[in-house]
Amino acid sequence: MSTTNPPLPEFDIDPRAFRHLADAQVGVELDTGDMILNLGPQHPATHGTLRLVVRLDGERVVSADPVIGYMHRGYEKLVEFRTYPQITTLINRIDWLSSFANEVPFIDAAEHLMGIEAPPRAQYIRTILTELSRIATFVLFLGEMGLQVGALTPAFYGFRDREHVLNLIEAATGVRRHPHFDRIGGIKDDLPWGWINETRTAMKTVFDACDVFEDLVAGNEIFEARTRSIGIIPPELGAAYGVSGSNLRASGVDWDLRRDGRPYLVYPDLDFKVWTHPDGDSFARYWVRLQETRESARMVVQMLDQMPAGPIMAKVPRIIKVPEGESWVETENPLGQMGYYVISKGATGPFRVKIRSASFSNVSILPWLLRGVFVPDVITILASLYFILGDIDR
Amino acid sequence: MSDVSGTETPEADVEAEPTEEVAPDPHVLDDLHTELVARFGNELGVAVLDQAAVFGMPVVRVRRIDWRRAAEVAKGALECDYLSFIAGIDWMPAPKEGGDDAGSDTSAPVQPQETTYGAAGSDGRFQVFARVQSTSRHWGLTLKADVDEESLLVQSWVPVYAGADWHERETWEMYGFVFDGHPALRHLYLPSEFEGHPLRKDYPLLARVVKPWPGLVDVEPMPGEGADADAEADAATTEAAT
Repeated sequence: MSTTNPPLPEFDIDPRAFRHLADAQVGVELDTGDMILNLGPQHPATHGTLRLVVRLDGERVVSADPVIGYMHRGYEKLVEFRTYPQITTLINRIDWLSSFANEVPFIDAAEHLMGIEAPPRAQYIRTILTELSRIATFVLFLGEMGLQVGALTPAFYGFRDREHVLNLIEAATGVRRHPHFDRIGGIKDDLPWGWINETRTAMKTVFDACDVFEDLVAGNEIFEARTRSIGIIPPELGAAYGVSGSNLRASGVDWDLRRDGRPYLVYPDLDFKVWTHPDGDSFARYWVRLQETRESARMVVQMLDQMPAGPIMAKVPRIIKVPEGESWVETENPLGQMGYYVISKGATGPFRVKIRSASFSNVSILPWLLRGVFVPDVITILASLYFILGDIDR
Repeated sequence: MSDVSGTETPEADVEAEPTEEVAPDPHVLDDLHTELVARFGNELGVAVLDQAAVFGMPVVRVRRIDWRRAAEVAKGALECDYLSFIAGIDWMPAPKEGGDDAGSDTSAPVQPQETTYGAAGSDGRFQVFARVQSTSRHWGLTLKADVDEESLLVQSWVPVYAGADWHERETWEMYGFVFDGHPALRHLYLPSEFEGHPLRKDYPLLARVVKPWPGLVDVEPMPGEGADADAEADAATTEAAT
C-alpha cells in the first residue's frame, strides 16, 4: 500500500547527534529511537492537503519534509490552451480566499502588452475589491490562528466577520468566492446603488472586529506563550527563500510592493502605513496581519471618499489578441508577492505564463524553520505562516 | 501648397485620435534600474550576452557558464537578496492541437508556427530564467540563460539562494533541466514515478487527447471566424456600457 510514497528525504543533520544530546540531558541511557510522523495530508492545521513527513526524537522535530502536489492542477500548462478572458476563471482558483486579488496582476500584464489602460473609476473599484479580499483573508486568519492554539471562540468570530466583507464582494460582483470580475480594459459592472454607504458601515465592523481580536487573541497570555519566540524567520534567510508579504514584514523587512514596487492600481494616490515587527516569530506574523487588516479598512474608506465618476471600461477589440512581447507584473497579495510572467506571441492565448505564487515560497522555508521545534509548535508555525494549498500547488 | 496640406492632415488625425497621442516608450528604464543594469554589466563584463527592457523591467541574458556567478553578483554587489522565482521556457512553437481543425476549436488558441525568441534573445530552444529583487533598494531584474539541448545542464543556485531548491526541483520535473550542484533533484508536484516533462511544448495536454473539447459540438463560431472576416473583426471595437 505504501509503495507509492516518495522516498524519504536526505537528512543533512545526523539524527544520532540529537539522540546523544537527549541522552546527555536526561543523564540516563534511554534509547529514544527516531519516529516518523505523517502530518497530513488531511490534517486540519494544513487547510487542505499538505503532507509533512516529520522525523521526531521524542517531542522534538529532527527534520521535516513537506510533500506537496496533492492538489497540483497544472495551471501553467492549462493556460497555454486558453484564451486570455478564459484564464481569469482558472487563476481565480489559485488563492481561493482572495480570488479577486489573483486576477489583478494577470489582467495588468495583458493590459501592458496591449497598451490599454483601464479608466480611473475601474482602477478604484479594482483596488477596493483587492483590499476587501485582503480583509476577508486576514479576518479569517485572525480567528483561525486562535483555533490552532486551542481557542475555539475566535474561529467563529473570524467566520462571522468575514461574512460582512464577502457580502460586499457578492453585492458588487455577484459571487462570494470566485468573482471573475476583472476584464482586460476595466471591470465587468459598475457598483450597485447604495454599495458605497454599505461598505462604510461594514468597515466600521471590521475595525471593531480587529479590536476584538486584539483583546481576545493577541492580548491573551496563553496565546503569547504559545507564539512568542516560536518559529523565528531571520530576515536575510526569509528573503533568500522568497518569503514575502506579511511573513517577511514580521521579520522587520520594510518592503511592500504596494508602496515600493512599480506603481499599480491606485496605491500611489493612497496614504497608508506599512507595518513591520522586529521579532520575526509567530506572534509578530499575527500582529502584522492584525495591523494590516485595519490599514486595509482605512484604505477602503479613503478610496470611497476619493472615488471618481466615469466609465469603467476602456475601448478594447472584440477579439482580444495580445501583441508579441513579455510582461512581468507583481502585486502585493494578501499572502505575499504574486506575479505573472506573461510571454505572448500575438495569439488569442499566451505562449507561456510563469505563475509566481506566494505560498509556494513561504512554505519552502518549512524544512529549515521546523528543525528542532516541538511538535505542538509545528501547528502554530504552520498556522502563522498562513498558506493556501491552491497557492502552493497551483 | 498641396504638399503642406498633405503633411498637415495626418498630424491632425493623430491628434484627434486619443489613443494615438503622445506614446512614450513603455519599456524605458527608470534611473534606478539603469544604474542597476550598468553596475551588473560592470561586474560581469563579457558574461552579459544581451540585455533588454520590458515595461520598465530589465532583462539580462548571461552566458550559461556564468549563471551561478550572475546570482552571486546579484546577491552580493547588487543587494538583490530576494529570490522571486526560477523557471524555464521552451521556445519551440506549440504544435497545432487537433491538426487542421484547430481553427474552429476555440478552446485552444492557435499559436504562430515560426520560432521567435523573446526579450534579450536566445540561442536555442530552452532557456532558464529567474527573477531576483532587493528588499532594501527596491529594484529587481530578470536573468536569462540558454540551456544546451543535449546536456540540459544548468548551474544550480542553491548555494546562493536557499529558496532555489524547490524552484529548481519544479523546473527539473517540468522541463528536464538538470541543475548541477542541487542537493536532491526529486519530484515536487508530480508522483515520483511520473515520466516526461509536462511543460515542454511537445508534451500534449492529455486531457484534450483522451476527450475532445465538449464545447466544440454546438459552439457558435467566433466573430472573426472565416477567411474574409479577419480584417473586419480586427478593426471592430466595442465599447461597454458605462
